[in-house]
Parts: sequence; structure tokens; C-alpha cells
Amino acid sequence: MADIERHGYDVVVVGAGGAGLRAAIEAHASGARTAIVCKSLLGKAHTVMAEGGIAAAMGNVWSEDNWKVHFRDTMRGGKMLNNWRMAQLHAQEAPARVLELEEWGALFDRTKEGLISQRDFGGHRYARLAHVGDRTGLEMIRTLQQRAVSLGIDVFMECQVHRLIRDEDRVAGALAYWRESGRFVLFRTKAVILATGGIGKAFQVTSNSWEYTGDGHSLALWSGADLIDMEFVQFHPTGMVWPPSVRGILVTESVRGDGGVLRNSEGRRFMFDYIPEVFASETADTEAEADRWYDDHINNRRPPELLPRDEVARAINSEVKAGRGTEHGGVFLDIASRRSADYIRRRLPSMYHQFKELADVDITAAPFEIGPTCHYVMGGVKVDADTAASTIPGLYAAGEVAGGMHGSNRLGGNSLGDLLVFGRRAGMAAAEYAAGLGAEPNVEEAEVDQLIRRALEPFERSGGENPYSLQYELQDTMHNLVGIIRTRSELEQAIEAVGKLRERARNVTVEGHRQFNPGWHLALDLESLLTVSEAVARCALLREESRGGHTRDDFPKTDPEWAKVNNTVRKKGDEVNIEQVPLPEMPDELKTLFEEPAK
Amino acid sequence: MAVGTLEAERRGTRPANLRVDWWWLQPAITFVVLLGFVVYSTWTVFTPHDFYAGPSVGRHYLSPYYSPCITNRCKGGTTWNLVSWWPFSAGILMMPFPILFRATCYYYRKAYYRSFWLSPPACAVPDAHGSYTGESRFPLILQNLHRFAFYLIIPFPIILLWEAIKGLEFGSGHWGLGLGSIILFVNAFLLGFYTLGCHAGRHICGGHLNAFSKGPVRYWVWKQMTRFNLHHMGWAWTSLVFVAWTDIYIRLVASGVIHDPRLF
Amino acid sequence: MSDQVTMKVWRGDTDGGGFHEFAVEAREGEVVLDVIHRIQATQANDLAVRWNCKAGKCGSCSAEINGLPRLMCMTRMSTFEPGQPITVAPMKTFPVMKDLVTDVSFNFEMAKRIPAFSPRPPDADGKRRMAQRDVERSQEFRKCIECFLCQNVCHVIRDHEENKQHFAGPRFLMRITELEMHPLDTGDRIPLAREELGIPYCNITKCCTEVCPEHIHITDNALIPLKERVVDHYFDPIVWLGRKIRRKG
Ligand SMILES: Cc1cc2nc3c(=O)[nH]c(=O)nc-3n(C[C@H](O)[C@H](O)[C@H](O)COP(=O)(O)OP(=O)(O)OC[C@H]3O[C@@H](n4cnc5c(N)ncnc54)[C@H](O)[C@@H]3O)c2cc1C
Ligand code: SF4
Ligand code: SF4
Ligand code: FES
Ligand code: FES
Repeated sequence: MADIERHGYDVVVVGAGGAGLRAAIEAHASGARTAIVCKSLLGKAHTVMAEGGIAAAMGNVWSEDNWKVHFRDTMRGGKMLNNWRMAQLHAQEAPARVLELEEWGALFDRTKEGLISQRDFGGHRYARLAHVGDRTGLEMIRTLQQRAVSLGIDVFMECQVHRLIRDEDRVAGALAYWRESGRFVLFRTKAVILATGGIGKAFQVTSNSWEYTGDGHSLALWSGADLIDMEFVQFHPTGMVWPPSVRGILVTESVRGDGGVLRNSEGRRFMFDYIPEVFASETADTEAEADRWYDDHINNRRPPELLPRDEVARAINSEVKAGRGTEHGGVFLDIASRRSADYIRRRLPSMYHQFKELADVDITAAPFEIGPTCHYVMGGVKVDADTAASTIPGLYAAGEVAGGMHGSNRLGGNSLGDLLVFGRRAGMAAAEYAAGLGAEPNVEEAEVDQLIRRALEPFERSGGENPYSLQYELQDTMHNLVGIIRTRSELEQAIEAVGKLRERARNVTVEGHRQFNPGWHLALDLESLLTVSEAVARCALLREESRGGHTRDDFPKTDPEWAKVNNTVRKKGDEVNIEQVPLPEMPDELKTLFEEPAK
Repeated sequence: MAVGTLEAERRGTRPANLRVDWWWLQPAITFVVLLGFVVYSTWTVFTPHDFYAGPSVGRHYLSPYYSPCITNRCKGGTTWNLVSWWPFSAGILMMPFPILFRATCYYYRKAYYRSFWLSPPACAVPDAHGSYTGESRFPLILQNLHRFAFYLIIPFPIILLWEAIKGLEFGSGHWGLGLGSIILFVNAFLLGFYTLGCHAGRHICGGHLNAFSKGPVRYWVWKQMTRFNLHHMGWAWTSLVFVAWTDIYIRLVASGVIHDPRLF
Repeated sequence: MSDQVTMKVWRGDTDGGGFHEFAVEAREGEVVLDVIHRIQATQANDLAVRWNCKAGKCGSCSAEINGLPRLMCMTRMSTFEPGQPITVAPMKTFPVMKDLVTDVSFNFEMAKRIPAFSPRPPDADGKRRMAQRDVERSQEFRKCIECFLCQNVCHVIRDHEENKQHFAGPRFLMRITELEMHPLDTGDRIPLAREELGIPYCNITKCCTEVCPEHIHITDNALIPLKERVVDHYFDPIVWLGRKIRRKG
């Protein structure tokens, strides 16, 4: 029996972003002994970077707004591939979750009446995003963090979960290591909630941080849980492109929500050329109408710059390919000529700051270059909508790591709401499951010993490859072959390349000792990066159509047959299988929402 | 908690100060200017002549160091004759007010803690003292009384303004404007702006509210004071240098070294 | 465009350490963190450094660059004089774990000592109303990304280890002001701020404000107002009398 640190809990939450914190707060409130384990410091998770806001149909700005409109926007944005029940719960519960944040000390921007102010965002029919300037994620994570701390929930920071451990088919524990000391920790627990975020680090140009190595996706898959929709990766249309060191860093959608427009190198507002059929009835087709919309949403249609992200990202991609891009391969985002410098600084303070300090560009003075960047993964752990339970007893997933809620494309602002709504539901359900479980599940000590031995192998090998160069090659492969526009031959090439990288990864060597050794951490992360990369590429190859965050050059149209199924990834022995599983059927009363003309 | 030995052990492994810029420049300048001001002010209040440019030079300018003059020892410059028994320079009588105000001012505290007390001399440069209790004990705990110095100083800018207006009288009912008057007005305004930016004042006049909408008038006052407060350091320095300069100018005029030009 | 630069990076662990020199390439537009990452990828795989967002939003990459506390991801290489070596050291106030990574648990412990937000009941319709101008002051403080640079630079604990017992540091004193100014809060944390968390130790020398990457006016808008609230509570007979009368009335 390995001589390592041990802890016992009812519920272990992996991740301290919005989803993880919200889940832990709820599990704790339901009486479960709860721990949060996260690989960065508390308060540094990705959620801190979210800018625009939390979508919630509170109706503070447009009283016409309600959950049904939000639900419909979400389903349409996801090209109807969403789990309808998740989209419904999200739209219904988000307003209460936002108010709860206020109850815990969040200070949102206010309307004249003193209520929470709401802003416009792509794909949302009404101004609906509760926000604080352009640092909403910071407000959210700090509020939840402060709440969790005041409740006295145990937090294990800079502690990375390496493998989940099962007793027969249910969850029994999690093996983790402290990043600082490199020592292992065993959490014995009845339930695990995965809230680990996304996979963006598999791509080269990304708005995501080093944490986004797809750990939660991989932990679930390795333990036998199903993943769905892994081919749907969102490329955000507006990332920074110059200088190279800032490439990929996000430029919030609020720049467009607050009046910014896209222009090509010829100065043309090209989005008018890319309005798809489905959105034609609610999108302005003249600049004059688009410009009036900001003040009068009722009598005008939305500017095409605010189409869902997949549409805008593809349009930018086409403009650049057609030779109408900027010097560094992007297009221009222009807010300077449309809003006063004062207004821009007030509404978008951190964007102003970010460009000023990182690129020496004044966004109030001139248009600036932007281009698509890998941002979000719609696919994830297959969960039950009401409980966030995965297909493995005792394993739950919430937030970006869970799949289904956003279908093939996520609307901006829908993630932060998702974290709160399903974080809470996961916490509740996991606590209940833990309470109902009689005996503690059993942890097989030999398995733990073996996992530790394997994890330490990179130190024992010599002459192998440097993990950094492998990661670089993987990102390069995914970016070039599994990026915004995909095609059969390239996907096949990518799958083969990932396979080879996996072989080489078995041989990586790391220098130094176990104490805070980023080289070793990366060597371990490579396993999950490769796992999710393979899943993305293989699902993308199977889905022979274009939909949302998945565009096939060789199958440019949507295919109604593919609208009925999710690609479902499952481990069978040592192999990974992908099957097409039918979507849950939407009840008729919700179906009717899509028949009325857009109002 | 992360307190204790590790940190102490490590101190030896790197120089205490790694800054390579001219971090010493600012405290050095502050030191020189503040010291110069203290020396000059001491001299001027202990030199009770030529602080009033009176009828002999056709003017009516009283040095701000001696304003308001409430003894009968100001020759023609007496403002109100309230204290007849005062045996020393009239300047000494008025000195405590500005001294108390400036010495406990949050900005000047920063300035002299850094440049005189070297605690710290500059950011990320080590404190020159082995132990430190800040403003938690006597005597520095008395800094908490700054707001009372603020209350006491409020009349001064008004009196200085009044003195400046009186300076417009060029003897027996004739009015005019000399360079000296302009200097006196500017001096009064500078002191006023410095006072309006006082942190304690800003708190008392509105900052103490938790919900501004409950006190719209106080909110308005707070907002105006905040505008001055943003540049409190600037007003602190300009008003400081200018008051000495005003004194010098009046002394020069009073002693007949220069003639105060009449503008109209 | 790219240049060769000399980086002097502090390396070591709890047993001590020293500066190591690296000759490394710096490309156009890069920040210190990019160069540190290049060293990590090519010359010292196990060089420990914290970072997350690389956009000045998460407050992970705090260090002392040429002796000045800064975010590595927001310090552009072009701001340094060419040819001069650039030193990068871990924050001094916190114990080193390894290389540029320090043990910042002091901060998380201090956070625990501040009583949580305690709101008054909502309006009759269940909603909460606050005017924008009522929330703006506290919103400024909530921009804090918890980089702990202000905690690191504050001489009260940087140079006087023993004060860590009874001084929470600017970030957490600011947090108290934030809660005190919250229009809906009903708590009173002034005695705590004075007696246990050390606001009297601050001598308003403003280094916290100077280093704050979010440009929060920590001293002017949070610490001095907090000191003034302490004065209201302990030193001002007029305020004391006023409170007495109002409570009776
Ligand atoms: C720049 C940017 C702007 C965005 N803006 C918006 C917006 O305006 N509105 C919106 O709705 N969405 C936005 N998003 C998306 C949204 O922020 C994220 O999808 C969301 O925050 C994810 O939250 P999460 O709780 O699922 O995960 P995260 O907040 O990413 O947290 C993941 C947590 O898991 C931990 N973790 C991961 N792996 C492990 C492991 N192996 N062991 C232990 N811990 C682990 C991490 O340490 C971290 O604590 C934005 C995203 C980015 C990058
Ligand atoms: S102003 Fe106060 S809290 Fe800020 S650094 Fe100086 S002493 Fe520390
Ligand atoms: S107040 Fe500023 S310096 Fe201090 S932790 Fe917050 S962001 Fe960093
Ligand atoms: S704070 Fe400077 S005068 Fe009061
Ligand atoms: S990496 Fe997030 S602030 Fe520097």
C-alpha cells in the first residue's frame, strides 16, 4: 500500500471555475462533505477570463424577453442539436442563478431603475447578458470563491487529478498529485463532479490557457463514461492577431454588441454578404437598418455582425482566403469610427487596456486587426439534463466539460449561465447520490500503486523526447488539419499523425525532480491532450455534413439525418468506439416555439 | 500559514534591492524641497518685519504667513485686533494651523514617511528600520486627528481671499490691481484647492455614505471634492511653493527692493 | 525581427538559490512571460513559473522584474534598454516554492478572516435595487485580479515578517472597504480592520497603488476611507454623539 496522503469525502469537485465552485457550494449546502480540487490557485480558473456576461432572460431591459425566447435562441444557435431539456432548464433557471450571485455580493452594472443591466450579444434576440463592464467572469468567480471560502469548504489548490478510480462500475476515488511537491494524494470519495473546462490547448491559436488540456473529458472517457459531440469546437471570430505573442487572445464580442463592425481590407462591411437563410428574417440587410437597431430593437433587425459565432468566424475565414484580409491575416474590427472614445473606454475598459498594453494599439483611435481563435468545446461528457449525471454511477459533469447544452454551437453568454445552472444541479444530485450510497466504495490499492509508478516513468527514461516539442507538433497538426474548415483527407491525415504522436509520447523524458516541474506536468497532460484530439478528429471525420462549429469543405450543407444523432464516444476495452445515438425527442409544446415567426 | 523561517532563510540569496532605475531621485527631491520649505518658513515667522507692504509703498498686502493678523503687532496690517498681550512675532501665532494641517495631511505623510523616515524610501526598496508599527501607536496614532485640523483650516482660504480683496484698495477709496494682488488671489485659490481635496474632508462631506442615492447633495459635494482629491499631491506642492513665493514677493515689495507693478 | 537578450532568472527552492543567466531570443511584440516560456521550452524544461491567461486577467504571473513588482505577461520586452540584462525574481514577501513560484497561502488565509457579505432583505417584490452610482466605488475594488503584487510590495510585511500576524495587506483591507461601502451590506468590520487586520499599520506610502496592474486607487479610495471610518468609530466625538442621538431617536 502506497504511503501517500489520503483524504475521505462524500463529493470531490474537480475544478474551481464557475461550474466547480457552484457545484461545491450546493453539495456543501446539501450536507455532503465536499472538497474542491483544482490545478491552479483558487480564483485563476478560466471563468475569470470571461468578459461579456451571463445570458439570463430577466427582462430588465426588454420586458418582452422570457425563457421561451432564450430557449429558442439557444436551440437555433446550436442548430437544433442541443439536448432540449438542458437548453430549457438553462433558460428557465439562469435568472434565479444570477440573482443568487447578487445575494452573495456580486455587483452587476445597473439599469436606471436600479436593476441588473443587460447587454446585447450575438444570437440573442434581446439584450440579455447581465454584466460588469467587460469583466463579468471575474465578478462571477470572485463571488463564488468568496462564498465557498466563507462556507469553509476544503480547497486543494495546485493539486491535479490524474486518474479516477472505480469500484466495479461506480466511482470510488481520485488520484491526484500536488504540483508543488510532486507527491500523490488519494481522495476516497463516493461521488466526483468534473468541472474541468475545455480542450483549447490542443490547438495552436487559442484563447484558452495551459489548463485546457481536456483532463475532465479524458478522465471520464478513461473511466468508461460517454462523450458526445466532440467534433464541435467553437472558433471565436475575434481573437487578437498581432503581434504574434498575443495571437489568439480573445477580443470580447461586446465590442460588436456595443457597436463595433467588421470590415475587410477594402473597407467593406462584408458580413452583409454572409447572412444565411435561417437568420435572414431577423438580420438587417442594410447598414442603415443595422445601425438603427442599437437604439430600437423592436422595429429593426439585428446587424449581421451579431450572427452566431460560427457564421462570423467562417465569414472572416472566407474573406481572408479571398485575399481581402489584413496584413497579418485577419480583418478589421472598427469601433473607433462609430463610438466616442469616452464611450468605448467606459463600456470596454479591459479591452482598451488589453490592446494598449499588449499591442500598443488604441482601439478608440483606429480599427484593429482580429481573426478567429479556438475558444470553446461544445462536446463533452454525456449527462442527464436534470442531474448532470454521466453514464457512470457517481460521476457527474458540469460546465464546459459537459456536452449537450450548446449543441453544435454555443451562443456567447450561455456558458456562464450553464456553469451556474448545471453546477448547482450537479452539486445537488451528487450529494444526494452520496447520501444514498450505503458503504464506502472500495479502492484497490494495487491499482493506485501501479498508476503512481506509471506516472513517474518519464523521470526514469532517458534520451526520449522533450514534451514541449510534442505538444507543439500536436497543436500544429490540430490547427492545420482539424481547424475551422475540415475535409476528409486532412482529417485522416490528422488521425494518423495523432496516433504517431501517441507512440512518441510514451517515450518522453523529463529533467529535474518532482518539485514544481512544468516539464513533467506537461508530459502527463499530453495523455489527455492526445485523447481529446483523437476524439475530435475522429468525430469530425464521421460527421459528413456542416453544422455549427463543424464545417466540412467536402460536405458544405447540413444534412437532416445528422440532425437526429450525436456522435457518442465510448471506451471499449483498449479501443475507443464512436456510435451515432439518437437525440432525445423534444416535446410537442416546445416544438411549437419554432413554428411561429420570429417575434 | 506562510509566515516565518523559509522567507528569512532566503533573504540571503538575493540582494535586498533589485531596482536599477533612479528610485532614489524622487525621495531626494522631496527631501530637499520639504526641508527648504521648513527652513524658510521658520525664518520668515521669526523675522517679524517687512511682512506687510503697507501705505508707505502704496499697497495693502499682508503675507499669508501672518494672515489673519489678530494682534496689534502687525503695524497697519492687522486684520482683527483680538490679542493685545502677544509678545512675539504675529507669524508664530498663526503657524500652528497650517503646520497641523499639512503635517497630518495624508499626502504629506506619504511624502515624509518616504523621504525623511525612509519607511520605505521607494517601492520594493527595503525599509530603513528594523521594526515597524506604522500609525498604530503613540505618537503617530495622533495622525487620526487630521480631520480636526481640516475643520480648523477651513476659514483660512476664505480669510486669504478676503485679504486679497482688501489688497485691491490702493489707499483712500482708490481701487486698483497690482501684480501682488494677483499673487495673493492665486495663493488663496491654491490653498483652497488643496483644502478641497482633503481626504478627511472628502470622507466627512459624503464619502461616509454607503448608498449615495440616499444623500444626493452629499454625493454632489463628494464628487466635486473627489475631482480635487485626484490631484491632491499637485495642489499640495503648488500651494506649498506658492505660499513661500508670495511671502518673498511681499517682503521684496515691503522693503522697497522691487516696485509692485500696477496692472490697472 | 528578433533580438538576443540576457535574462537573469532567480532559480532555487526552499533550500536557497541564486540568479542564472540565460541568453535567449526575444521576438517583436513579446512580453517577459514569452521569453520565460522560451527558456522553459528550450533550455530549462523544469523552470517553474505560474501563469494562466497571458492577458493580465488572472493575476497568476506576478514577479519582480528589474526589482519592480509586475505581471510578466503585461511587461513588454520593448520597454527595456537594449543590451542590459533583465532580472526576473520571485515575489520577495512570500516564501519561495521553486524558481519563480512562491507560496502565497498567506493571502488565502487572510481572505478567510473577513466576514462575508451580509445583505439586508430585498425589496417587497423580491428584487434588489441599487443605483449605478451606489455600486461604482465597490466595483472599482472588485476589479482586483488577486495578483498579490500589492501584498508583495507593501513594506509592512515585505520588510517586517512579524507583521504578517496582524496585518492583512492592502488587498484584503480594500476588500473590507468594499464590503463596508456595499449599499446592501449590514455588517460592521471596522473593529476587525483596526484591531486584528492592521489598518493602522498602513502608512499610506502608496506602493500598493503604484504596482497595481488594474490601476485601482487602493490607497486613496480604499485605505484612506477605511482609516477615516476607523476615525469615525474610535476618535471622533462628534460622529459618536451623532450616532448616539440617532440610535435613541
Ligand atoms: C477569454 C474568454 C472569454 C469568455 N467570455 C465568455 C462570456 O462572456 N460569456 C460566457 O458565457 N462564456 C465566456 N467564455 C467561456 C467560459 O468562460 C468558459 O467556458 C467557462 O468559464 C468554463 O467554466 P468551467 O467552470 O467549466 O471551467 P473553468 O473555469 O475553466 O475551470 C476549470 C477548472 O478545472 C480545473 N482543472 C482542470 N483540469 C484539472 C485536473 N486534471 N485536476 C484538477 N483540476 C483541474 C482548473 O484548475 C480549473 O479550476 C469565455 C472564455 C474565454 C476563454
Ligand atoms: S499604502 Fe499602506 S497598504 Fe499600501 S503599500 Fe503603503 S503601507 Fe502598504
Ligand atoms: S489590488 Fe491590484 S495589486 Fe492588489 S491584488 Fe488586486 S489587482 Fe493585484
Ligand atoms: S489629506 Fe491632505 S489635506 Fe487632508
Ligand atoms: S498570466 Fe494571467 S495575469 Fe499574467
